[in-house]
Amino acid sequence: MSETHVEAFGSYARRCGAVFLAVVCGTLIMVGASYAPLASRPLVIGFILAAASVNAFLVAGYLMHLITEKKMIFAVLALTAFLFVVLMGLSVWASRDVPAILAPALK
Amino acid sequence: MEIAYTVHPRPDTGVYNAKLGMWLFLASEVMLFGGLFSSYILLRAGALPGTWPSGWLSVPLGTLNTIILALSAVTTLLAWYSCKSGMFDKFKLFQGLTILLAVVFLGIKSYEYRDKLTHYEVELKNGQLADGHLVRREASGAVVLHGRLVQSRAELMDGRKAHGERQELTIAKADIVRMQNYGPAHNTFLALYFTLTGLHALHIIGGLVVMSYLWGPGSRMWKTNPERFTNRVEVAGLFWHFVDLVWIFLFPTLYLI
Amino acid sequence: MQATTQAIPHTFPDHAAHEDLGFWRKYVFSIDHKVIGVQYGFTALGFLLFGFFLMLMMRWQMAHPGQPIPVVGPLLTALLGDMATRGIMSPELYNSFGAMHGTIMVFLAIVPLAVGAYGNYLVPLQIGANDMAFPKLNMMSYQVYFVGGVIMLVSFFIPGGAAQAGWTSYPPLSTSIPTDGQTYWLIGMVFLITSSLLGSVNIIATIIQLRAPGLTWMRLPFHVWAQFTAAFLLLLAFPPLEAAGVMQLMDRVAGTSFFLPTGLAVGGNLANISGGGSPLLWQHLFWFLAHPEVYVLILPALGIITEIIANNTRKPIWGYRSMVYSALGLGFMSFLVWAHHMYLTGMGTKIATFFQTTTMIISIPSVIILTCLLISLWGGSIRLNTPMLFALAFLPMFGIGGLTGLPLGFSASDIHLHDTYYVIGHFHYVVAPGTIFALFAGIYFWFPKLTGRRMSEYWGKVHFWGSFLFMNLVFMPMFIQGLAGMLRRMSDGGVQYSALKGTGVSGALSETVIGLNHFILWGAVGLAIAQVPFILNLFWSIRHGERVTSDNPWDSTTLEWQTPTPPPHGNFLTPPSVYRMPYEYSVPGAAKDFLPQNEPPVKP
Repeated sequence: MSETHVEAFGSYARRCGAVFLAVVCGTLIMVGASYAPLASRPLVIGFILAAASVNAFLVAGYLMHLITEKKMIFAVLALTAFLFVVLMGLSVWASRDVPAILAPALK
Repeated sequence: MEIAYTVHPRPDTGVYNAKLGMWLFLASEVMLFGGLFSSYILLRAGALPGTWPSGWLSVPLGTLNTIILALSAVTTLLAWYSCKSGMFDKFKLFQGLTILLAVVFLGIKSYEYRDKLTHYEVELKNGQLADGHLVRREASGAVVLHGRLVQSRAELMDGRKAHGERQELTIAKADIVRMQNYGPAHNTFLALYFTLTGLHALHIIGGLVVMSYLWGPGSRMWKTNPERFTNRVEVAGLFWHFVDLVWIFLFPTLYLI
Repeated sequence: MQATTQAIPHTFPDHAAHEDLGFWRKYVFSIDHKVIGVQYGFTALGFLLFGFFLMLMMRWQMAHPGQPIPVVGPLLTALLGDMATRGIMSPELYNSFGAMHGTIMVFLAIVPLAVGAYGNYLVPLQIGANDMAFPKLNMMSYQVYFVGGVIMLVSFFIPGGAAQAGWTSYPPLSTSIPTDGQTYWLIGMVFLITSSLLGSVNIIATIIQLRAPGLTWMRLPFHVWAQFTAAFLLLLAFPPLEAAGVMQLMDRVAGTSFFLPTGLAVGGNLANISGGGSPLLWQHLFWFLAHPEVYVLILPALGIITEIIANNTRKPIWGYRSMVYSALGLGFMSFLVWAHHMYLTGMGTKIATFFQTTTMIISIPSVIILTCLLISLWGGSIRLNTPMLFALAFLPMFGIGGLTGLPLGFSASDIHLHDTYYVIGHFHYVVAPGTIFALFAGIYFWFPKLTGRRMSEYWGKVHFWGSFLFMNLVFMPMFIQGLAGMLRRMSDGGVQYSALKGTGVSGALSETVIGLNHFILWGAVGLAIAQVPFILNLFWSIRHGERVTSDNPWDSTTLEWQTPTPPPHGNFLTPPSVYRMPYEYSVPGAAKDFLPQNEPPVKP
């Protein structure tokens, strides 16, 4: 790491503690949402996954220093994220785009 | 013969070798778990209505594990920062805490696994299903379960619905058509659960081994090359944070939705 | 900077500067990238030969179904028992040879040779580094590959035999076949994938971090760009297959149904499984790797050919930048085309169109690279040595392979050609007279750097002409067979579907088409014989080849030639600095017809 460490240990630890509390809050929100009697199931699922993504961003951004990390690392991760989406997206699309004669097999 | 940029970063890329190597490895791990998550989505989307269970896993235990792992992510970061600040005994403290938390996580996971593997679904000759935890097997071949009787599998699919009375059921051997525990062979959801959390647990064990090495015999490097040692701690920490990241998605996917 | 020492007449790195490490740490558990590269090289060549033998026996069976295999028949019976009674190849044995031929050739021979051997040996040298970024990880990658290979070989001898469901291991067939060979295959694959992943991390980190001063990205030899791209493909495409392999392993061992659909019946009975799985899921995850994998097979080959063509035309490569961008584009696009292997799985028209479009787009960068290489020949002072002969032959052979891929890329024509011998002809043209020719070329080319001796030019040319002739005789007829409708993986060579079975059957394979099996067998035998001079030449020349008189016998510009011969531990006597592009041949006004990358510019 090339950043100069002027920050005292105590203050750094406090910042980490804040991130931890945020993650815990995010977790509890997710758990609460899963019990909430919201009408639309897909909406609940979307909300929970969004909350999970926020938690992930906190861990990756702050605990893994991704926010201050170099372009090189970002580039690798951006490519990876894109390919992950491709794998997931295209396979799901392939399972749904089937000829009409096979359609009864689809929900 | 020294390899360049092992300790100090290369100026134009801004990273030292091991950090780049670890991020590259983590990218491949994203694709590994990504493949499994894609499989989850495909199999769940393709499942016939009413065949995909929900609420079968203990949310309190899962939440506890999530908090434990998040805490361990912070302690591992502080272990690195201790090295960076030259405070070796603080490093030992925080690294030790991380290892402890990891062991607790695995302990809770093992308890959850055991709970599933001792939970049986017995198909009876009269068409009913007996569903519950195994109390004991009798010498006669009869099976004693602590659970309930249901008419069909559909009633078992939503784990959060009111369960009704649990009682001790004794089932004679002659009445059993088939008996299966809630292991990976039971249904696709459990197959995914055991595979995803099992692979995740293997990663936890791997991280545990490395962190224990750095805490123990590996910490000798602090005396000879503290900067290189600090880099090792950082890189191990990166891996550990990734393990936490995977769990952040695993928990809601398997436990909550 | 001229290399300062005479050719040193021993084969392995000089450890005079170090304390002596002892035999085991010098040759077996070495962390030196050059030793590891040679280890990969010899192991991979061994597997290549083994895979070749499997194919020879299969071709005999196809030409003479049900007849005992000459010469090796009794040996097979002795080793494999029931699978080969009286020296006759049973259908199960044929299937296992087929599956293992594919697996061994792709994962144990070509990739370890192209990436493990060439990548490990050349990349640090060509970028001016003294080793890979992670030498111990490098050693581990080789060891894990070796263990994976042993597991694959052992699987031949277990009851039930080796894996028999194709190199693609499609479930539910692969999970239902009653042999543990499939389980061994899956475990072996996990080892091989792990080895590749660790190797690719090493190569990428090395290229990014350890380039010598002055070696900017656009001054890298094209071979390094090719290895860089291939390493990214391995890094990001292999893990989903590892995930799938774990899932199929669970299906076999733990009774799960990741890939087994509800209502599956095996042998007429409903299978005792939970169901709910999807066979197509395996195919998606498998091909997500396996398509980028084929670009891993070809990219290092393109890199090797480029080095050899630049050197033997004594001029810079035409369109270096275009080639670099094409290689990167090829790598990127390779992730987006995989379902063109799945056109016949009941895909809808929209998604089929998507994959057709990306498949057509991906042919553009390969054509650009091939065209740049062809144009590079124009106006060159071509030296027709053995490496150059292989490199020149590569161009049209790869051209044929690539062009025959086009009808397979269109879903409409693929309906007719899928799973026929046309596919086998197509991909073998790309890999056999394609990649393997490039790998041969590289062996002849870099041999003097490793050993200080040349391989025999005469026998090299014999090897070349023999291989070139017989490769075409073996693979060209397959297009004819495929177009006539002959399917893959038929242990009787297609007799069941032939006109020999009865007259007037529409679509039956004609006697000519079946007869081509005999022709191909003789071609394969000829190809086998043509390899003998190569094997003898390789081993003989290590000790008795003509000594080279300089560290840079081909007068090459790239950094690996600016070291002592063979390069010592640490590679360079003094750390190099790079001042120019990689192919500065025949620079107007220069004293020699080549300017090494690290030669300081002459002050005016």
